[in-house]
Amino acid sequence: MLTLFGDPEVWLPLAFAGLMGFSILVYVVLDGFDLGVGLLAPLVDDAERDRMVASIGPFWDANETWLVLAIGLLLVAFPEAHGMILSGLYLPVAIMLIGLILRGVAFEFRVKAPAGQKANWDRAFFAGSLMTSLSQGFMLGMYITGLEWTLATLLFSTITAVFLTVGYSFIGATWLIYKTDDDLQRKAVDWARGGIWGLLGGVAAISIASPLASERIFERWFGFPEILLLAPLPLTFAAIAGVLVYMLRKLPAEGDAFAIVPFAATVLLFALAFAGLAYSFYPFVVPDRLTLYEAAAAPESLLIILVGAVVVIPIIIAYSALAYTVFRGKATDLTYY
Amino acid sequence: MMDTLLLSRIQFGANISFHILFPTITIALGWVLLFFKLRFNRTGDMRWMEAYRFWVKVFALSFAMGVVSGITMSFQFGTNWPGFMEHVGNIAGPLLAYEILTAFFLEAAFLGIMLFGFRRVPGWLHTLATFLVAFGTTMSAFWILVLNSWMHTPAGFELRDGVAFATDWWAVVFNPSMPYRLVHMLLASGLTVAFLIAGLSALRWLFGDRSGEVRTTLRFGLTMGAVLIPLQILAGDMHGLNTLEHQPAKVAAMEGNWETRGNVPLLLFAVPDEETRSNSFEIGVPNAASLVLTHKADGIVPGLNDFVTEDGEVLHPPVAPVFYAFRIMVGTGMAMLVLSWGAMALMARRGEGVGTWAQTRRGVDGLPKLLLIALVAMTFAGWLATLSGWYVTEIGRQPWLVTGVLTTEMAVADVPSGLVLSTLIAYLAVYAGLTLAYIGVLVHLARKAAKGQPPAEPRKAPSAVVGGLHAAE
Ligand code: HDD
Ligand code: HEM
Ligand code: HEM
Repeated sequence: MLTLFGDPEVWLPLAFAGLMGFSILVYVVLDGFDLGVGLLAPLVDDAERDRMVASIGPFWDANETWLVLAIGLLLVAFPEAHGMILSGLYLPVAIMLIGLILRGVAFEFRVKAPAGQKANWDRAFFAGSLMTSLSQGFMLGMYITGLEWTLATLLFSTITAVFLTVGYSFIGATWLIYKTDDDLQRKAVDWARGGIWGLLGGVAAISIASPLASERIFERWFGFPEILLLAPLPLTFAAIAGVLVYMLRKLPAEGDAFAIVPFAATVLLFALAFAGLAYSFYPFVVPDRLTLYEAAAAPESLLIILVGAVVVIPIIIAYSALAYTVFRGKATDLTYY
Repeated sequence: MMDTLLLSRIQFGANISFHILFPTITIALGWVLLFFKLRFNRTGDMRWMEAYRFWVKVFALSFAMGVVSGITMSFQFGTNWPGFMEHVGNIAGPLLAYEILTAFFLEAAFLGIMLFGFRRVPGWLHTLATFLVAFGTTMSAFWILVLNSWMHTPAGFELRDGVAFATDWWAVVFNPSMPYRLVHMLLASGLTVAFLIAGLSALRWLFGDRSGEVRTTLRFGLTMGAVLIPLQILAGDMHGLNTLEHQPAKVAAMEGNWETRGNVPLLLFAVPDEETRSNSFEIGVPNAASLVLTHKADGIVPGLNDFVTEDGEVLHPPVAPVFYAFRIMVGTGMAMLVLSWGAMALMARRGEGVGTWAQTRRGVDGLPKLLLIALVAMTFAGWLATLSGWYVTEIGRQPWLVTGVLTTEMAVADVPSGLVLSTLIAYLAVYAGLTLAYIGVLVHLARKAAKGQPPAEPRKAPSAVVGGLHAAE
């Protein structure tokens, strides 16, 4: 069975890289929108903030579980890379964890603590979202530049930190366009109109800086025939971005038509940008240091996990879909009964 | 400056200690909520629904704390213990992966429906969601305890160049200490919740709440505690016998026994000293340790001095923390026994009036104020016992991380100690703040619920306590 698809030492690591990439992407999209909502939360008054929180309340826990899965897969499938990456990013990881802790508990505390403390928990909610987004962006930059702590990589990573935060705020705004109405929805459209330029600027900046920062990436992008194969990616990206800019001018539309389009389009943009990154790094798990194949765990153990994953992930997707269906439509106040 | 190894150990200990506080609550509270819900479905009695509504808030808060601290745990292996996965990743990896796939997603996805879906889904689906969340938390406990037990009593593997490879997954999962540890931990969770429910209900009672709900939950918590504590003592004893077989050095440290011998006393108190390798201030029950561990008064109990090599290398765990932590756990267990059985006896007394015993027994009205205050003081006794128990288990495993396979020293990351120290301080500050906030909110919820209820039967002005606290809001 192991050799059914050819050499397991080749396809197993690849399958796991695929699974891990999938989880990271799902995480970035899902927790991206709820982190984004947290980033936008200080911009509105208390009643609207309650509604914003209500729009993500039933989902955020499951969304963050994708991060646990991604890190878990890295841990189990590429143990050596896991150690290298995480001990190399010790400080930003710690900041991200504290951020995740603060915002995760603020959800609960803001409504359960004595009323006088609500404003403080709202502050913790925002601060936690900001710490998480900035540190994730920073880690992305450090990863692209090969986990070296030099002035240039720090600078680059600071830029990616800011842009990922803008990106999360943007997808958060598009989520709110979809999940809210009236005044709050109009505000969300406004935020998105401004945010889109930040997002596009960020993607452009990273796309220009990455090949300059790494010779290998330059080769992968601009070598021949790679450049031809790769061309559809930026072209599709530009087309979708165009649609998005156009839609944002028109919204909110009569009868709330198309409210989901900005969010859906943003998910596609995230996916394309992610595919570009993945393409740039293949076959490395730790850029320029360790490939997938060198880092992979024993095939026997990987196979056991793969069997479980193939059976269980579709089920997970099914009941996640159930949860999103139960809470479809515009966000209303959350009550326990 | 302290070294990275020591700091990483303290940091891991701090993170896992904080994490375990909340799963300990959610594992059993999930089942308790399901029970409340089913009772309501069955009887239509609003008291069960009100109990559900109050405790689901506690559950939601505890769950959030458990999730965020759990995420921290999953990063710890990479940031501080990379050697762990390099050596035993082939075993630990699949177990952790199955925990994520079969437990975490299940509970996370259905939590939303359980908490906020009451009006959005049919009743059966809401009950099912409650069941799946409870089931999911229990599954996570199962998988993580499989891994933890395997680290104590590894089985079903072979070593090639220092790296463990599984040869028999069945033996890995059902390793020798797993059943004992799982049962003991699940009971610990049940007891923690029992005393939490009894304690907060007693607090509401003292705040003047005499609602049917608070009567029900007070009785429920006490009964649950009274039923589980004898089972826990039995399970703990069996767990100890299992440990005697597989990790004798740990048992020697728990008993504070230096020389292998028979007729070993059970030390109620002592100050073990590793410098002189002896105890001072011993107070003990003659022969009792031999009796408990071997069921014979002159049974042989292993001594710590057997675990020192010829050239003086110490292969047993640090004695004092294991010794004291064990006494705190067992002492708390005994206090739980006395309190819950005492309360059951007081509630069972006949009251005034005529009728059968069931009609006239005093129930919760028969509980004296002092006992209620003791219950409030014991609200978090489960946390104390659970933490001490884990300290016995984990410190008792040192210097091994995986018994006989991997030492803690081999697993630690090469991170500058200053970095570990600064993040450790940050974590500790966050944890201390959140633990206080958590306890504060539970008290606040109890007070709020008490205030929303009709005052105590003989109508009188709100008591000074309630009034005073009210004004402080
Ligand atoms: C409410 C919590 C609680 C209570 C009342 C007790 N325990 Fe416990 N104990 C635990 C909660 C716990 C725990 C936290 O769940 C531990 C840590 C690891 C484990 O499996 O269980 C534990 C560990 C633990 C160990 C160490 C096992 C090892 O080698 O790893 C022993 C020997 C006992 N217990 C024995 C007892 C006895 C004789 C008790 C009698 C009163 C007792 N425990 C009460
Ligand atoms: C069930 C899953 C658990 C796993 C996989 C696990 C794993 C580990 C690891 C990797 C260490 C190494 C660090 C060290 O030696 O210091 C450790 C130590 C430790 N753990 Fe656990 N642990 C688990 C549960 C717990 C719980 C629930 C607690 C406490 C409530 C706990 C308390 C400790 C303490 C205090 C140490 C430090 C021991 C020492 O260094 O002296 N552990 N454990
Ligand atoms: C005996 C020790 C442990 C027990 C009993 C336990 C149990 C649980 C339970 C029941 C949950 C569900 C959430 C909740 O109810 O709060 C949870 C959450 C979590 N635990 Fe632990 N755990 C233990 C130790 C660990 C360790 C050592 C790790 C590290 C790998 C870990 C990682 C996690 C993660 C990542 C979550 C969050 C899952 C989510 O997103 O829902 N746990 N744990």
